[in-house]
Amino acid sequence: MTFSMQKLFGGRSGWVSIALLAVVILVVFPLAFDLFRLNLIGKYLTYAFVAIGLVTLWGYGGVLSLGQGVFFGLGGYAMAMFLKLEASDPESTKIQSTPGIPDFMDWNQITALPWFWEPFHSFTFTLLAILVLPALFAYFIGAAMFKRRVGGVYFAIITQAIALILTILIIGQQGYTGGANGMTDLKTLHGWDIRTDSAKYILYFLTGSVLISVIAGLRWMLSTKFGRLLLAMRDREDRVRFSGYDVANFKIFMFCVAAIISAIGGALFTLQVGFMSPSFVGIVPSIEMVIFTAVGGRMSLVGAVYGALLVNAGKTVFSESFPELWLLLMGGLFIAVVMFFPNGLAGLYEKHAAKLKTLAQRVLTRRAPTAPPPTSATVSTLAPEKSAASASGSRSAKRKGRVLTTEGSR
Amino acid sequence: MDGSSISEMSSILAMQGFAGISLFSVLLLMALGLAIIFGQMGVINMAHGEFMAVGAYTTYLCSHLVVTYMPGFQSYYFFFAVAAAFGVAFGIGYLVELGLIRFLYKRPLDTLLATWGLSLIMQQILRSTFGAREVSPTLPEWLLGSMHLTETIEIPINGLMVMGLTVFVTLGVFLLLHRSRWGLRVRATVQNRAMSGAVGINTGQVDRVTFALGCGIAGIAGAAFTTIASTGPTSGSQYIVDTFLVVVFGGAGSLLGTVASAFAIGETQSILEFFLNGSMAKVITLLAIVGILMMRPEGLVVSKVRR
Repeated sequence: MTFSMQKLFGGRSGWVSIALLAVVILVVFPLAFDLFRLNLIGKYLTYAFVAIGLVTLWGYGGVLSLGQGVFFGLGGYAMAMFLKLEASDPESTKIQSTPGIPDFMDWNQITALPWFWEPFHSFTFTLLAILVLPALFAYFIGAAMFKRRVGGVYFAIITQAIALILTILIIGQQGYTGGANGMTDLKTLHGWDIRTDSAKYILYFLTGSVLISVIAGLRWMLSTKFGRLLLAMRDREDRVRFSGYDVANFKIFMFCVAAIISAIGGALFTLQVGFMSPSFVGIVPSIEMVIFTAVGGRMSLVGAVYGALLVNAGKTVFSESFPELWLLLMGGLFIAVVMFFPNGLAGLYEKHAAKLKTLAQRVLTRRAPTAPPPTSATVSTLAPEKSAASASGSRSAKRKGRVLTTEGSR
Repeated sequence: MDGSSISEMSSILAMQGFAGISLFSVLLLMALGLAIIFGQMGVINMAHGEFMAVGAYTTYLCSHLVVTYMPGFQSYYFFFAVAAAFGVAFGIGYLVELGLIRFLYKRPLDTLLATWGLSLIMQQILRSTFGAREVSPTLPEWLLGSMHLTETIEIPINGLMVMGLTVFVTLGVFLLLHRSRWGLRVRATVQNRAMSGAVGINTGQVDRVTFALGCGIAGIAGAAFTTIASTGPTSGSQYIVDTFLVVVFGGAGSLLGTVASAFAIGETQSILEFFLNGSMAKVITLLAIVGILMMRPEGLVVSKVRR
C-alpha cells in the first residue's frame, strides 16, 4: 500500500483528489441538481474527456493539438451512425420513399445505404470503430508529422486545417453524413430508449464512472517512466533524443491515446444529448476544449475536469443573461490564462495551498512549527495536483532543509 | 465536338483561370500581412482575420459618411477608404503589440491562444458596434460591371481592381523590406536581435511597427474584400486557416514563397471547382496542401538562413 500510495497515482494527495472528484461527480451533483441540469453536467463531462487527453498531450507532452474536435467527432459520429441505423428500421420509416434508410439520405435522393454505413449495424463494430478509427487516424497524422520533427506551431496549424477539412467534408456531403444539421432523432440503443429519465441518469453515472477510471488510468500511466519521459521531451526534446529514445514514437503514442479518449467522450456525448453535428468538430470547439484545459490547469487531470465544468457552466449562465458579454469574457479568459496563470486554477491552488495550510496549522495549534515550512514546494513531478508539502515536506525539510521545486516551467 | 464548343470550353477555362487569379490575389493580400508577422517575427496572430474585418468596416464607414455628407465625392472615395483602412488597422495593431504581443515573444503557442482570445474580443466589439448582420459599402460606379475581353470572355472589373491593388501592395512590401532603411532594420532584428540592439537599433520599436504594418496590410485586404463580398463580424475567422496555410505552405520567411503558394492554391481550387462541386474542391485542395506539408514541412521556398 505504501508503494502505491507514494509512487502510483501521484501519492496520497493524488488519491485524495481523485476520490474528491469522484464524490463530487457521483454523489454531490446528482443530489444537488435536477435531471435537466444533471444532463447538462453530463454533457460538460464528455467535454472533460477531451480536456484530460489534452492534459497528457499538451501539458505533459508539450504538443498542442487544435484539432481534438476531429476525434471527438469521429467517436460521436460512429455512435450516431449506429443509433441512426437503429432508428431507421423499415417499420418507422414507412413514409419515406425508400424505407429503411436514414431520413437525410432520403431527402437527398439516395436510394440505398452506402457501403461504409453497412458495418454500423453491429454494435461490436461500432465500439471497435470508436476506439480504433480515431487511433488509426491519429497514428497516420502523427507519424507523418512527428517523424519529420514538425512540432509546435506548425503542428497546431495543421491540426486546425484537418479540423476544417473534416467540417467541410461533413457539411458538403449532406447525403452521407446529414450535413450541417447532423444526425438527429436518435432513439434507442439496442432497444433501450435513451431519451427516458432513467436512461439519462444511467448515462450520467456511466459517463462519470468512465471519466474517473480514465483519469486513474492516465495517472498511473503518467507516474511511470513514460510520464517522466514526456516531461523531459516537453522541456528538452533534443536531449531525450540524444539519450537514445525515439521521441517521435512517444509523441505518436500520446497523440493516439488522446484521440481515443476524445472519441470515447464523443460517443458518450451522442448518447447523452441524442444528436451529433459538425458544430462540435470544427476549429472553434477544438480551441474551446483547449481553453477548458488551460483554465483548469494543463498539468492537472483533475483540474482539467473542473476547468471544463466551470467554463461550460459560465457559458450557459452568461449566454442566457448577458449574451453580448460572454464572448468578451471568454476572450479575456484566454488572454488572462495565458498571461497571468499559465498553470490554470490547479496551478494557482498549488501555489497558495501550501501557504494556506501552514497558516491554518499555525492558527489552529497556536505555536510555531518545528521545521521552517518550505515556501513553495511540489515534491514530485508526478503529483502536481495537490502540494504534498505538508505531509512529506516537513519531514524532508528537516533532513535536507530545502525542498526542490519542479513548479511548471510554463 | 465542333469548333464553337471548343472555343466555349477554352473561354470557360479562361474565365475559371481568371477566377483563380482573383482568388490568388485575395489570398495573397491576406497572406502578405501574415507573412510579415509570422514569417519575419515568428508571431502567430490568430486575430489577423479580425484586422481584415476592421479594414472592411472602415471602408463601410467611409462609404457611409461620403454618401451622407459628400455625395459628389462618391466616385473617388474608394482610394481614400483603402488608405483609411490601412491607417486604422495599423493603429490598432500598434496598440495590440504594445499591450499584448510583446510579452509573449518567447512563447509561440501561448501567443496563438492569446491572439485567439483577442480575436473573440474584437469580433464581439465589431458585432456590438455594427450589428450582427452583414453590411456592404456602396461601391463607386466604375467598380461595378465587367469588361468584355472577347465575345465570350467576361472579366469583372472589381476582380481587376483587387489584382491591381495586390500587385501594388506586394511590390510596396517587397521594396520596403528589401530596399529601404527600415526594412534593413527589420531584417537585422529578425536575424539577430541582440546584435541589432547592440548596434543601436530600437528593436522594440521595430517590432511594433512591423506588427502594425502586417495588420495594416490586413486592413487593405479587408477593404479590397468589400468589393467582392459583404462583411459581417465573423468574416475574419472564415479565412484565417486558409491564410495560415498559404503562409506555411509557401515557407515562412519568404515573400516569394507566399506569392507562389497563393498562386498555386488559388488556381488549384478554381480549376477543381469547375470539375467538382465547391466543397469537394476545397477539401481536395486543403488535403493536397496538408499532404505536401507533411512531406515537406518547410514549405515551397526554404529560407537559407540558419536560425
